[in-house]
Formats: sequence, C-alpha cells, structure tokens
Amino acid sequence: MVRRHLVLRVVSKLLIPFILLFALYVQFHGDFGPGGGFQAGVIFGAGFILYALIEGIEVARRVAPTALVRLLMVLGLLLYVGVGYVGLFKGANFLNYDVLAHDPVHGQELGIFLVELGVGITVAATMVTIFFAFVDQARR
Amino acid sequence: MALGILHMRNLFAVVMLSGIYSLISAGLFVTMDAVDVAFTEAAVGGGIATVLMLGTLALTTTREKFVKSDLQIVPLVIVIATGALLIYATFDMPSFGDPAAPIHHHVVPRYIEEGPVRTGIPNVVTFVLASYRGYDTMGELTVIFTAGVGVMLLLALAGRRRDD
Repeated sequence: MVRRHLVLRVVSKLLIPFILLFALYVQFHGDFGPGGGFQAGVIFGAGFILYALIEGIEVARRVAPTALVRLLMVLGLLLYVGVGYVGLFKGANFLNYDVLAHDPVHGQELGIFLVELGVGITVAATMVTIFFAFVDQARR
Repeated sequence: MALGILHMRNLFAVVMLSGIYSLISAGLFVTMDAVDVAFTEAAVGGGIATVLMLGTLALTTTREKFVKSDLQIVPLVIVIATGALLIYATFDMPSFGDPAAPIHHHVVPRYIEEGPVRTGIPNVVTFVLASYRGYDTMGELTVIFTAGVGVMLLLALAGRRRDD
C-alpha cells in the first residue's frame, strides 16, 4: 500500500520486531508482571496489522494465510475449553487445574499458562481476521 | 475533545481524535497503576479500533451528511435526568481506594492470601482471571471469537450479495 513513505517503512520495520517480542513477553511473563493472554493478543494483533498496513495486504497474507488465521482463532478457544475438559476427565470440576500435574500448584501453573496461551492465540487471530475482512470488503 | 468530535463534520478527523483520546486514557490508566488495562486501551483503542474505523471510512464516506433537525426537548430531558440520577448514585459509592469499601472484604482477602500459595503465581490479576474466574474468562473469549465470526460472516455475505 504505502510504497513511497520511506520514513514510515523504516521506522515501523525497526519497531515491529520489538512490538511482537513485547507481546510474547506480556504473554509468557503475565504470571509475574502485568499482562496476560488478552493484552498479549491485542498487542500481537496490532503489531501484525501495522505490518500489513506498511507492507501491503498481499505480503501480510503470505505471512499469515487466511485459513491459518481462522484455524488459530478456533484452536485458541479449543485449547481453553480443552484444558477445562482435561480437568473434567481427570475427576475434578470443569476448569479445575489442580489435577493437571502431579501436585496442585504445578497443575494450577500449567493450567493458567495453557489457558492464557489459548486466550492470546484467539484474540490475536480474531483481530487479524476482522482486519482482513474489512480490507477484503474495501478492495471489492 | 468530545465537543470537538460532536461538532466536526470531517469523519477522518473524528477517527483521529478518538484515537488520540484512547491514547490519553491509556496514559490515565498508567497513572492509576492499571498497566494491563493501559496495554489493552493503547493497542485496541489507539491501534486496532482506529484502523478498523479508517477501513469503515474507506468503505463508506469521510463526510458526514448534514441532517437538519429541530431541537427535540423530550430526549434532552430524559438524557439530562438519567445523567443526574447516575451522578447522584455515585455519592453512595465508597471513595476511590477506600480500604473499608465492601469490594475489598468479600472474597478478596481469601484470594490474596491463599491464591499465590495454591497457584504458585504471584500476579493476583492473572490467577483470579484464569483460575478462580475461569468460567468468566472462557465466556469473554467466546464473545471475542463470536465477534470475529460475526464480522467475517457479515462482511463476506454482504460482498457476495453485491457480486450477484
């Protein structure tokens, strides 16, 4: 899209890796610092949308094909619900993480990690999907 | 800024102003020690929502149609009365950061004491959202998922109809 704006392209190319890295930090460090799946998802989504704005939608689609993004959108939610069902099948309540590992504390840590990962994946994929839908509509 | 948004007819400027407003409120959240809310506000309000609004403008038009209308007195009275009632209701609320407020006394002490021990995670927000309130977070995630599917279907269907 923006082939001529050299300054914009250079600056965002410098920034995008750090935005994505920061999103991953917010995701995986959410147990200790501020943040979590939702925040990480929107930051990652925003970073990717910035990339799509700068590089053009075709390049962005080659990086993340629509089918893949839609698949991720479903997978994140399934991961969350799946973790809930694992608890159910192991003889506890739905979404009880105590039974996921050999002792309850590790189970809770693992459960929260997986659930937050599911949230992050779905949120990021949903943001990108909505953006793609708008772009498709505008190009018609 | 809200008055500026109301008065402006150029929708592009309106979108930009609301983006700036989101960024400022993200700053406000930081000063109120709600850093994770600030992340969300900056990324969604300042970033994604602004881009989507610009996308909408690309689909429609950037000039607002001028609709001439008389002063409607009944809606104005209703809005002012509701606003006054809401402000009146806030007088009953405990003041900001009051340690005696009921919200700090129901289940919160138990969560704060037992949560880090039971989950091994020091961040209160994370373990309450993901563990103690796992159902609610699952519901929120489903809402986001449904929103994504809804937008996809709406825009895809609208496009198909236009092609026919």
